Amino acid sequence: MDVLTDNFSTFGDGFLGTVELTVYASLLALALGFVMASFRVAPVGSFRVFGAVWVAVLRNTPLTLLFFAVLLGLPRFGLVLPFEVFAVLALGCYTSAFICEALRSGINTVPTGQGEAARSLGMTFSQTLSGVVLPQAFRSVISPVGSTLIALAKNSAIAGAFSVTELLGTYKTLGELGYSIIWTFVWIALGYLIITLAISAVFNILEKRWGVAR
Amino acid sequence: MAVDPLIELRDVNKYYGELHVLQDIDLTVGKGEVVVVIGPSGSGKSTLCRTINRLETIQSGLIRLDGQPLPEEGKELARLRSEVGMVFQSFNLFAHKTVLQNVSMGQVKVRGRKKDEADQRSRELLERVGLASQADKYPAQLSGGQQQRVAIARALAMDPKVMLFDEPTSALDPEMINEVLEVMQQLARDGMTMVVVTHEMGFARSAANRVVFMADGRVVEDRAPEDFFTHPESERAKDFLSKILKH
Ligand SMILES: Nc1ncnc2c1ncn2[C@@H]1O[C@H](COP(=O)(O)OP(=O)(O)OP(=O)(O)O)[C@@H](O)[C@H]1O
Ligand SMILES: [Mg+2]
Repeated sequence: MDVLTDNFSTFGDGFLGTVELTVYASLLALALGFVMASFRVAPVGSFRVFGAVWVAVLRNTPLTLLFFAVLLGLPRFGLVLPFEVFAVLALGCYTSAFICEALRSGINTVPTGQGEAARSLGMTFSQTLSGVVLPQAFRSVISPVGSTLIALAKNSAIAGAFSVTELLGTYKTLGELGYSIIWTFVWIALGYLIITLAISAVFNILEKRWGVAR
Repeated sequence: MAVDPLIELRDVNKYYGELHVLQDIDLTVGKGEVVVVIGPSGSGKSTLCRTINRLETIQSGLIRLDGQPLPEEGKELARLRSEVGMVFQSFNLFAHKTVLQNVSMGQVKVRGRKKDEADQRSRELLERVGLASQADKYPAQLSGGQQQRVAIARALAMDPKVMLFDEPTSALDPEMINEVLEVMQQLARDGMTMVVVTHEMGFARSAANRVVFMADGRVVEDRAPEDFFTHPESERAKDFLSKILKH
């Protein structure tokens, strides 16, 4: 029990590190996923190919491998950034592939006739997407996007292995100080639970507000 | 009616893979003309309609709208499409928008009208199709006939030069067909240029200037309605008419 009270600041730093990673990587994943989903339904063939390759590569690469690629690979090309930023990049890009596919399946639930009607009114591709297709697609993707972001929060633990301060990594420090590993892990698990429950709560509210199809 | 041509199709050919759906189509629709397209299922009527606003691309030939060849996909095509109203068999109203928003959306996004201005115009049009009282409902709360009338109002809101109708009453219960046909009759009387795919012979007889009969991707006959219905020339047309006029 003392493990928490004695090391509140260590836990706190780790917890905040995980929250930060999760928030930034989520924003990146949502933005990139949105762009890639737009590419995948674009009328221009080369955009569709780019989107498809993006998803195929990132979705099928183990996340740890991706961390190695980003942290060890990018500096070789002269790109040196703080580890935290690399971690956000790796997590965000990886998750964007899943967000993209969730959005795309949502887009497929919108009858194609509505898109045709919008185009026949003279709306451009982006107007059709933003005004007609996506608002309806969002309703059916709220819950899968929520699950994807919860997975992201848990996946952020991998960053700890690459010397980014985050929640799981605190067990090493505390283990060295001789605290019970069991209790350390219980508190760590609780930390993750707080984050994932918070994400669930946000998405439950969104689902209640927007999720019902009329 | 040798007036100004509004729609011109010259030697238009379209394939779906191996299937030759439109074969050397030549068709001219003049300003103010009402052309009814009929023909057996699969003869290419919908495809013909959809090539006119380039919802379907063609492999060869030329399509001109008011003298201008159809541009490639992009801003210019979007602008041209806004001048061609289209009404679909399945209504295709935007399910997440109210009736009023359905009619106003194109005016705001495409024509750049202010929301108030657009809403006012929408209410006028809804009045015209007899649905002023339904403005704040969602499409799912309306009957099929009402939805189709909203779809017509939505297309009219862009002040199109021509209206395309692809079997606008085929998905409707019989008692709702007339309310939609009446709106179309009125449009025809007001001088709107119209291309209408339909099997409603009454409408063809009373509103159309010409009937175009299609079979197997070709225009087989193109004549005045009365001539066509009483003296079809081709075997295909005789056969087709004998089938649909029986009931
Ligand atoms: N997207 C498509 N891909 C492949 N074939 C298609 C496609 N759309 C239509 N076809 C085929 O093209 C032919 C013409 O279709 P079209 O829909 O234009 O016929 P139609 O005259 O409108 O028939 P209906 O009276 O049944 O609506 C049909 O044989 C149809 O199966
Ligand atoms: Mg058809």
